[in-house]
Amino acid sequence: MAMPHLSARLDTKGSPYLYVLPFFLLFGAFGLFPLIYTGYVSFNDWNLLDAGEHRWVGLANYSELFHDAYFWNALGNTLSIWVLSTVPQLLAALWIAHLLNHRLRARTGLRMGVLLPNITSIVAVTIVFTQMFGRDFGMVNWLIGLTGIGPIDWQASTWSSHLAISTIVMWRWTGYNALIYLASMQAIPHDLYEAAELDGASSFQQFRRITVPMLRPTIIFTTVISTIGGLQIMAEPLLFAGTSTPTGGSDRQFQTIALFMYEQGFREFRFGYASAIAWTLCLIIAVFAIVNFLLTRRIANDEK
Amino acid sequence: MRFSRALATAAAATLLLTACGSGGGESGDGATVTLNVSLFGNFGYQELYKQYESAHPNIKIKEHTAAYNDHHRDLATHLATGSGAGDIEGVDMGFIAQMREVGQQFTDLGTDRQSEYLPWKWQASLTKDGKQIGYGTDVGGLAICYRRDLFQQAGLPADRDAVSAAWAGGWDKYLELGKQYTAKAPKGTAFFDGGGALYNAVIGQAPEGFYSSDNTIVVATNPEVRKAWDLVVQAIQSNLSAKLIESSPEWNNGFAKGQFATIACPAWMMAKIKDQAKSFAGKWDVAAVPGGGGNWGGSYLTVPKQGKHVAEAKELAAWLTAPEQQARNFTSQGLLPSIPALYDKPEIAGYKDPFFNDAPVGKLFTTAAKELKPQYQGPRTGDIQTTIRDGLVRIEQGKQTSDQSWQQTVSDVERLAK
Repeated sequence: MAMPHLSARLDTKGSPYLYVLPFFLLFGAFGLFPLIYTGYVSFNDWNLLDAGEHRWVGLANYSELFHDAYFWNALGNTLSIWVLSTVPQLLAALWIAHLLNHRLRARTGLRMGVLLPNITSIVAVTIVFTQMFGRDFGMVNWLIGLTGIGPIDWQASTWSSHLAISTIVMWRWTGYNALIYLASMQAIPHDLYEAAELDGASSFQQFRRITVPMLRPTIIFTTVISTIGGLQIMAEPLLFAGTSTPTGGSDRQFQTIALFMYEQGFREFRFGYASAIAWTLCLIIAVFAIVNFLLTRRIANDEK
Repeated sequence: MRFSRALATAAAATLLLTACGSGGGESGDGATVTLNVSLFGNFGYQELYKQYESAHPNIKIKEHTAAYNDHHRDLATHLATGSGAGDIEGVDMGFIAQMREVGQQFTDLGTDRQSEYLPWKWQASLTKDGKQIGYGTDVGGLAICYRRDLFQQAGLPADRDAVSAAWAGGWDKYLELGKQYTAKAPKGTAFFDGGGALYNAVIGQAPEGFYSSDNTIVVATNPEVRKAWDLVVQAIQSNLSAKLIESSPEWNNGFAKGQFATIACPAWMMAKIKDQAKSFAGKWDVAAVPGGGGNWGGSYLTVPKQGKHVAEAKELAAWLTAPEQQARNFTSQGLLPSIPALYDKPEIAGYKDPFFNDAPVGKLFTTAAKELKPQYQGPRTGDIQTTIRDGLVRIEQGKQTSDQSWQQTVSDVERLAK
């Protein structure tokens, strides 16, 4: 008698939880648990080679980190590469999406094409770009040599290495962001443009006054996602160094925080210290994502 | 053998190691056993595997190759996490002491082959409590490989005895010849490849290197370390360096493009040159090294305990490093045996290499190996080498003066010791 009643209640109340359960199980196992465990490890002096030998040291790893010149160096490099790659990348993506939104020949082909860089292997891409930015026989140096500018040792100085690494990041992610912009551009009602045209708005005015404000949620999304990705860059600077030493160049001129973490964890085997770096990086990313969210929301508001 | 074959293999090999490392067939009677051999660079084992497999029909051998630094970092990680290592892992001289410190992770290979080996080669892989973690493969020895044709074009003597004699007085003479070369150098060539590689050769000749025999780092206090630094800095400042970083893709390219006329040449470097500079066969030659015998590199085969087929792996490692196989690897690859009884065999002592203009490499390297004064290596030797190399690269890149770079190098090495 109570049975159908109970099963019906379970069906409506219980089954939604059942549907979302797989995600939370996976997130718990591969997201939450490592996060908390890393936090625990970061309060220990933990040598990876010593078969898990460890000692509780409280906040010692964090205070060492704040006095570590190489950490601040890595933070500066990360921010510089992030700005150099993210800002032009998002602007270019917006422009490419705007172009793709028009009636073009081979439109589907072009739309698929912009995604290609994103699905190629990051290792392969970096190796190719590293060769292009080679000092003696690189294509980039050959090209700028035609204009009479002397060969640049791209790895040697801070600005040139950041520029080269940012180029790799941009090449990989611009198309991806362009597709996201394109998708939400197509959701903008066409009447708006027609009305604007009747009022005599130019193409650029339409883009500025209609497209950009209507894309506001998408712009916020891509900015936050690019911030998270940009602050975690590791494979590009690691492979750019040529000999895959994790110090990011002879003077750590392009060592990012993620690479610094890798160096401490898997060359020095200081598991505790590397975990403290990981948690600090996580907090930095959270702060930047929030600031970016607030900033982009305001800018898009002004546009209206 | 401490060179990378190709960077691309680095990441691929990491994946392969994780995927296949603990794999392999089910052991037991009659079933096929797959042995995973993880190496860096070219050990020259391909033919030997085939030979071994046909003699042992139940064994299959898979080799995984990664770049030098990646390989050793991966191995340390696999040891730390307790899984993923190959059944046989190659370890270079620069990293054997680090592995020796965690010797309990490796199969004890016993003492029955002790009498075969060079004593210092045997000692370097022996743990404190007397367990042997690796069978020696090759030793480096040291010579100088040089391009005859470039020497001729620069108006220098090209005959190997004349070249050896020209710098027999020591590294200062080597630099002097380098300055003469640079004055009339063919366009686009420098005298040697890069500061880091030259440094390894020079410090390899000192009686004491980065470590004293009680296992403490003496980089800041050992005058030999600074002496070698000053010498290399002088070479860089005299514009003799092609400024290529050893093992980088650009360095590999430098062989093919002929960007340098000489290179410090342990025996394994000959295999590297043959691989990378195919079009210059017969134009390379080998001369004696200035400053007396020394060693740079050379490797071991180890058997991590975490492997599934330890007994079979041990047997294969022993076979690959047995005298006959080491002798064969010298004539085919140029890898100098670590078993001194072979040095007097006519097929080795009398071996001449046509790639190097029929240079008597057998005589050159066995003589050098016999004179070699062993140097104590500590756990961070490999990383100290890299740190010093970076210091010299900073000077090559014009970022710092010698003193600035030296101070930073010393403090970086202190960090390593933490």
